[in-house]
Amino acid sequence: MAETALTNAEEAPERIAGLRGIVADWSSDQRAFKNVSWGKAMMWIFLLSDTFIFSCFLLSYMTTRMSTTVPWPNTSEVFALNIGGKHIPMILIAIMTFILISSSGTMAMAVNFGYRRDRVKTAALMLATAAFGATFVSMQGFEWTKLIMEGVRPWGNPWGAEQFGSCFFLITGFHGTHVTIGVIFLIAIARKVLRGDFDVERRGFFTSRKGHYEIVEITGLYWHFVDLVWVFIFALFYLW
Amino acid sequence: MTNVAVHAEGPEPSLQAHAHDTPTSRTTHVKGQQHPIKLYLVVWGWLFVLSTCSFLVDYFGLQGNLRWSLIVLFMVLKAGLIVAVFMHMAWERLALAYAILLPPAVVLVFVTIMVLESGYTHLLRVIFFAPTA
Repeated sequence: MAETALTNAEEAPERIAGLRGIVADWSSDQRAFKNVSWGKAMMWIFLLSDTFIFSCFLLSYMTTRMSTTVPWPNTSEVFALNIGGKHIPMILIAIMTFILISSSGTMAMAVNFGYRRDRVKTAALMLATAAFGATFVSMQGFEWTKLIMEGVRPWGNPWGAEQFGSCFFLITGFHGTHVTIGVIFLIAIARKVLRGDFDVERRGFFTSRKGHYEIVEITGLYWHFVDLVWVFIFALFYLW
Repeated sequence: MTNVAVHAEGPEPSLQAHAHDTPTSRTTHVKGQQHPIKLYLVVWGWLFVLSTCSFLVDYFGLQGNLRWSLIVLFMVLKAGLIVAVFMHMAWERLALAYAILLPPAVVLVFVTIMVLESGYTHLLRVIFFAPTA
């Protein structure tokens, strides 16, 4: 149908710079996002809605933490590990952070090789990203197990304010779910890349639209968003 | 502590480097988002440095306003790098950038409301339920 008009992202005319350009792009019955394909725009809008969900979680955490009269558990101690006889605070979370950042790095490079139509490198980097993601989720599984064994429950814990458990399980659980979905998404797209779907513009089995390497960038957007959310969780939940 | 302070000032040159990269990548923009791999590696490196810094804030047990400001500073810098470079927002058309980046900023209003609300709840709890706590 109007597929060419919608997916062909690069033919947008240059517009006036600055705020006037934004008004021009948004006004008078035109496509607002000129050089952005529908797929990318939709992913961005989805990520925006996801931002609001995570904002609500973090806000409710902030509200419970600010309004409780019972001291909040010391996260630095709660998430400490003994490695080789040394007691290191927050070490597991730090490692998880580095793993997720590394996965973002490999993802960014996968996007780059995708646009260069380097099939094998793109798929390899995407699978590396997925492997990092899977490692992250398993470490989170380890962390959950450890805390549950120590007696953390959504309704209480041994160290302080009862809401700690519910905030922790909700926020990290929802983020872990996002990572898991991302890993599945990455593997699915990497398989298509490796098969050469985007070189021959093979149509998708579900959308029956022609495949383009842009999907690698769209997958990347989702993945970087997962990393982005972790930046906020790491700072606001673990370090605060 | 001095170590952390040095890193806090660090990001400036790298941000300038990105600004410098923009004109060159504009020409290659035609084939989708194409930027030199080096740029991604530099950002990757900075994300590592910033994460290490925020980890060190906890490791050295900094407290009070210094802790909060450093944590938020590193958080914002990391988020900015990810959105601008990894997610390519720096090269997107302004109409998209504003449509996506402005709404989350409004969340700050929500934050303000909830800070006031939780302060009020806390006050009530202190006044009426404090003896047992």
